[in-house]
Amino acid sequence: MDMTLIAGSALASVPEIIIIIGACAALMISLLPNARQENLLASLSVIIIALAAGMSYALPESPQREYAGMFVVDGFSTYFKMVLYLATALTILMSGKYLVKEGVVKGEYYVLLLFALVGTMIMVSGTDLLIIYVGIELQAIAIYVLVGFLKADARSNEAALKYVILGAFSSGILLYGISLFYGLSGSTNLAAISEALFAPNFDNPMLLMATLFMLVGLLFKVGVVPFHMWVPDIYEGAPSPITGFMSVAAKAAAFAVILRVFLNELFVLSPIWLLGVAVFAVATMALGSLAALVQTNIKRMLAYSSIAHAGFLLLGLIAGGADGVASVMQYLVVFTFMNLGMFAIIILLNKGVKFGEPIEAFAGLAKTHPILALMTMIFLLSLAGIPPTGGFFAKFYVLMALIETGHIWLAVIAVLLSAVAAWFYLRIIMLMYVHEPSGKPDIHITRSMQIVLAVTFLGTVLTGLFPAWLLEAARSAAVF
Amino acid sequence: MNLPILSVLIFLPAIAAVVVPFLRSNASVRWFTLIALLIDFLIAVWLLIAFDTSTPDMQFRENLAWVPPLGIGYRLGIDGVSVWFIFLTALLGWICVLASWNSIKHRVKEFMASLLAIQSMMIGVFCALDVFLFYVLWEAMLIPMYLIIGIWGGENRIYAAFKFFLFTLAGSLLFLIGILVLYFEGGRTFDMLALMAREYSFKVQAWVFISFLIAFAVKIPMVPFHTWLPDAHVQAPTAGSIILAGVLLKMGAYGFIRFSLPMLPDASHYFAPMMIALSALAIVYGGLLALAQTDIKKLVAYSSVSHMGFITLGLFTLNVNGMSGAVIQMFNHGITTGALFLFVGLIYERTHSREIPRYGGMIKAVPLFGILFAAFLLSSMAVPGTNGFVGEILVLSGTFAVNGWAASAGVVGALIGAAYLLGIYRQVLLGPVKVPDDNKIWDLDNREILCAVPLLIFVFWMGFYPKTFLSILQPTLENLLLQLATTGAGG
Repeated sequence: MDMTLIAGSALASVPEIIIIIGACAALMISLLPNARQENLLASLSVIIIALAAGMSYALPESPQREYAGMFVVDGFSTYFKMVLYLATALTILMSGKYLVKEGVVKGEYYVLLLFALVGTMIMVSGTDLLIIYVGIELQAIAIYVLVGFLKADARSNEAALKYVILGAFSSGILLYGISLFYGLSGSTNLAAISEALFAPNFDNPMLLMATLFMLVGLLFKVGVVPFHMWVPDIYEGAPSPITGFMSVAAKAAAFAVILRVFLNELFVLSPIWLLGVAVFAVATMALGSLAALVQTNIKRMLAYSSIAHAGFLLLGLIAGGADGVASVMQYLVVFTFMNLGMFAIIILLNKGVKFGEPIEAFAGLAKTHPILALMTMIFLLSLAGIPPTGGFFAKFYVLMALIETGHIWLAVIAVLLSAVAAWFYLRIIMLMYVHEPSGKPDIHITRSMQIVLAVTFLGTVLTGLFPAWLLEAARSAAVF
Repeated sequence: MNLPILSVLIFLPAIAAVVVPFLRSNASVRWFTLIALLIDFLIAVWLLIAFDTSTPDMQFRENLAWVPPLGIGYRLGIDGVSVWFIFLTALLGWICVLASWNSIKHRVKEFMASLLAIQSMMIGVFCALDVFLFYVLWEAMLIPMYLIIGIWGGENRIYAAFKFFLFTLAGSLLFLIGILVLYFEGGRTFDMLALMAREYSFKVQAWVFISFLIAFAVKIPMVPFHTWLPDAHVQAPTAGSIILAGVLLKMGAYGFIRFSLPMLPDASHYFAPMMIALSALAIVYGGLLALAQTDIKKLVAYSSVSHMGFITLGLFTLNVNGMSGAVIQMFNHGITTGALFLFVGLIYERTHSREIPRYGGMIKAVPLFGILFAAFLLSSMAVPGTNGFVGEILVLSGTFAVNGWAASAGVVGALIGAAYLLGIYRQVLLGPVKVPDDNKIWDLDNREILCAVPLLIFVFWMGFYPKTFLSILQPTLENLLLQLATTGAGG
């Protein structure tokens, strides 16, 4: 193989390479006997991510297809990588104190997070179904371990086992879909598949099966109804920072794959899946919103809330076009801010494994910690989609794309269901502001937690008040 | 005129709301809020004086880019209708602070910050000339109101706060869909004036009208969307009730004036009979519900439903008498019902009871309270010489021109109104002195007089010399009728 080609390919994937080398270095360092290891590793991981982010930023915006067309660096992938860097860095920053509290300070934690990050990065850059599959598996395997990280907690173990089994199951379905596409077109490369499908007289009933299997495999990963069963248990059992990471980073990467595969390369398939996805979207929003109403555990509630949000994101997929893609991309950034902000608060309120995460933990927070309560209120209002927060603008833009393409009834259903969803977010606000606190909770906000709260809070507010910047970024990156 | 006066008006309370949490004592918070809102009020007064009555065009306009790729701008401007509502909002703002001076004892900072925030958003809604801006403020306003009811309300406040929030939210979200449809039909802009200048096909107009109608009908509220109102009013603290009755309810009617009538003239004509019928229903039904109440706050709340019916009735007569009557009635309702809630709050502070049969002879026990309360009751009853009379007579004369039955229903509603308001008058004010639980009762102090007197001035000013108000309204309403008359082209 030509050396310049290899060099070009390596250059395009420098961010991934940096993270992998960094992860290996972190693995070595974690073996050194050092009392303040965990802080060292956390800072090291953040620095590695910052380096990779700098590299991603420096790479040219114009699409570069490398590794024989299996890997692409374009505005779309760079945008998503920035979201992933942000989500991972915030997750790392909010983990430190939590791990100490739960008594599981281990270097592997950060190493696994970095590997999960690489997996998601490969997902967003992959233009070959097999590469995408490798990315999905890499992040999934890292996350399986992370979900079970609380060895002493039965819920965590149960969640990990469930996730492994269901994850493997869904990967199998996805892989079957990929193999069918290979059978139909003779390639796993998206561009080649697209070419084969566009060929005149291409008509094969297996196409329906192939599309269906691949779609289901991917929708499984984002927790769309009826493939959502794993979400609540795993969100509840996993360590809170990991739940946060899964809900934003893993979801963002999976949506990136869905957008790239179904709205760009294989757009020709859209008549096959459009109606099905519309049904899934409505079912997802409905079940997510309604089931969240009756939850008593905050993480389970956020699990259902995140299912509902996934349903809303599917609407952007249905809308399609530049605005549809951009609206999903914008939504995912705002969701990263508000959902991670909420998880940061949950981690602060955490009182150890036995206590669980009852929503009553929020009672009277406004009396004991007014600033924290105010932030929580903003995160919740944003999740509910109330202006002037980022969550409102994100939903607004999705609705706009939806109405632009004439799906008015879907938009009506979506807004009515989000009015239902508002109830359970408001319930927590009431708990904070009306109920009396049950003793002063022991909340210690470390420096890194302050950073997380500041970033997520400002992100949530500023994307609502001044959405133009993010909107432009999403729009210019939405062109594949 | 380089000073962005409307922005100052909007952002002054907002900035004050940010400052409030940093103040130390509760007393300083109260004074600070009062002064901030008084300055805001003075600006609103100046605005009224500087307002040019010779033109129906938007004045004091401001235009800044906000989200240019989507055609969203920070566009402000006022006409003869909105200038009055800004004035009303600014007036009720500082009265609310005075009314909550002693009754709000805990979490004063949060309360005053919420009050300032909602003040800023309400003024913003009346200034907005951009649909997106309007919508953001319209919905964001729910947050402070939700907190005001939920934290400082009565026993059943949480239920009431949820009901208020969710009803209004569901309505607003459908409004959002309507806005977006209009956006794509109207050339991808959120500029209200540009949207008004366009013509839309009847089908689009009809659907958008319905989506707007649901949002506005919840807010006004029109029967059958009124069930959140009594809960919210009864549970809200006095200041909350005053804002709710005085300003928030007006926003629905304002929405009709700003959106439905000028943008959707064909649909407005088409749906006018239905709107008139619903309004007539609200007048009579709301009145009958009020008649059955023994809780004085609930009674005033249901009377609001009835009075708001007069407003929508007047608007959809689509003639100059009915519409100017409706706008005047909107202003009146803010003054009078605001005052009634104030007085209900004052008496509740003293005796902790709202049951009408437990009171009696207040005019003997606390004469100043009795006399002022009586004046506002009479104004609510629309006795000649008060503001209510001017508004109702204009609405009814406008209605007789289009629909005799609806006008008759209006007259019946007014009679029912007289029955329940005189009922309060007789039971609470006249007869032997009766105070619930033998609580100590005392007459109005200076602070309370200061709350009531400005409102009383407007009751009689409007009653005896409505021309001040009408002359400012006239050009705008004539322009609105012109927009309504250029109909048919799109149909």
